[in-house]
Amino acid sequence: MTESAESDWKQVLEKALPSANLRWSEFRNQHRVDVPASAIVAVLTALRDAGMDQLCDLTAVDLLEYPGATDRFEVVYLLLNTTSGQRLTVRTHLNEPDLKIPSAVPIWFGADWLEREVYDMYGIVFEGHPNFKRLLLPEAFESFPMRKDYPVKGRGERHNFPIITRAES
Amino acid sequence: MPLELIDSPGADSNQREGLWTLNFGPQHPATHTTLRLVLQLDGEMVVDAEPDIGFLHSGFEKLAEVLDYNQYVTIVDRMNYISPMANEIAWHHAVEGLLGIELTPRCKYIRTIFAELMRIHDHLLCTGTCVLDLGGATAFMYAFNEREKIYEICERASGQRFHTGYTRVGGLLYDVTDDWVQMVREFCKTFPKAYRDFAGLVMKNRIFVERTRGVGVLSKADAIAGGATGPVARASGVERDLRRDEPYLAYDDLDFDVCCAEGGDCYARFQVRMMEMLESLKIIEQALDRLPSGPVFISGTGKEGLPDKREVYRSIEGLIHHFENIMPNRQMPSPKESYYGATESPNGELGYYIVSDGDFRAYRARTRPPSLLHFSLFSRMIRGCMLSDVAAVLGSINIIAAELDR
Repeated sequence: MTESAESDWKQVLEKALPSANLRWSEFRNQHRVDVPASAIVAVLTALRDAGMDQLCDLTAVDLLEYPGATDRFEVVYLLLNTTSGQRLTVRTHLNEPDLKIPSAVPIWFGADWLEREVYDMYGIVFEGHPNFKRLLLPEAFESFPMRKDYPVKGRGERHNFPIITRAES
Repeated sequence: MPLELIDSPGADSNQREGLWTLNFGPQHPATHTTLRLVLQLDGEMVVDAEPDIGFLHSGFEKLAEVLDYNQYVTIVDRMNYISPMANEIAWHHAVEGLLGIELTPRCKYIRTIFAELMRIHDHLLCTGTCVLDLGGATAFMYAFNEREKIYEICERASGQRFHTGYTRVGGLLYDVTDDWVQMVREFCKTFPKAYRDFAGLVMKNRIFVERTRGVGVLSKADAIAGGATGPVARASGVERDLRRDEPYLAYDDLDFDVCCAEGGDCYARFQVRMMEMLESLKIIEQALDRLPSGPVFISGTGKEGLPDKREVYRSIEGLIHHFENIMPNRQMPSPKESYYGATESPNGELGYYIVSDGDFRAYRARTRPPSLLHFSLFSRMIRGCMLSDVAAVLGSINIIAAELDR
């Protein structure tokens, strides 16, 4: 993405949310904007209306062990304009106990499974999602394994599963 | 399976009477791997489909946080076992983007050739099994015969037929030999005939065309908003190919067309894949003609690239260099940043979003799996189709369950 394109998106967001606290950064020509969680729907809607027609990916990062981090979770939206090929990363931060964020499904329906996977792995709740439940792990699973405080190996996973006998099956 | 675990029917189907539920998979020949579909049927018509996935979830992304950038290549191999090397190339493309490494020209060309071989590899299986699911077993054998040759090409270069583990940060495990180049040239010579045989059996086969045309339609708007990429999006008329739009490796120097189709049905997806195989062959031939000589690893005694194995075994400098690159506390530092690197894998946009905390291993490495987004569009594609079309649509979107579930 070129420099002028970044200022385009800046203008879009400044027009849509004049009072929001947005932080812009750049690494190897990839542009990112950090937005407060409360403004996320307004930001994503403004960007979608300005041409970001595809949600390329939606994921989260647990910043528990990240050096210098002050927040716990980061939710990352990778946006793409399929006509011009411009990309923009939108990030927002969440902290316990309030791990809730509005769903992006009304904006791009492709967010459906991506949000369910983030919930599955990190326990972040997307409010307003039409079919909100775990995606990959069984419904009876009780923890969120991609969190940094969940061990890579060890005991304790198996007894999360209900035991079904032959007679009950 | 206890009754309460069977998913409740969607809101739409509650209003209609006489619907029945069919459990499709996880062990069904047309699912190829382990997927489960809960279908709501009105007679033979599919009213709604709810995919239930996760049977192959193996915690690959968690493993990315404990393995270093070179070690994790063995895991990404296993993510898409239809085109393993394409995953390796995508992974190291993202890592090298994060570290700011510029590859040597020879390495770029070899990786390009392999990426395109993998595209042929993937499309042969995908198109072949698509036909197989619809009853055409002969064409599948023609396709698989060619795949065997690509396995041998992989084996000659890396020593492994399938899970090659061939790329390294800043280079490749081994350089290729003239022998290998001859092998690929031989493949380029014999492939068009096999392709003609295969296409002749299928492309104008009335049964196949009638079972795929107009089935599983994905509109252009749905493809974009739903996150479809690669052949699935291009079959719906989204003209986008990362090889052309965000050129990486040697694609900038090579001449090829982006294959698109209109219609967005199973037949269009099949057509796009068939056309792409010929484009890939064109790219491989050009890349072989221009294959530069020189090292495959980025130069220098720095920490970027691994030293040549002969150096490691025969000189103390080489051994020290190797040690400095391998020992966890002496490896190359990476910038404390996040980076998204994407490539056009056979299945679509395969990207890795890497967050680094300064070590030579990812703090978080997210895979952007094309299969996941394509499969989430499945229920949209199948609504209103017949039960027998489920196999056609599944075959045309090429779901790789290991990549889907990671």
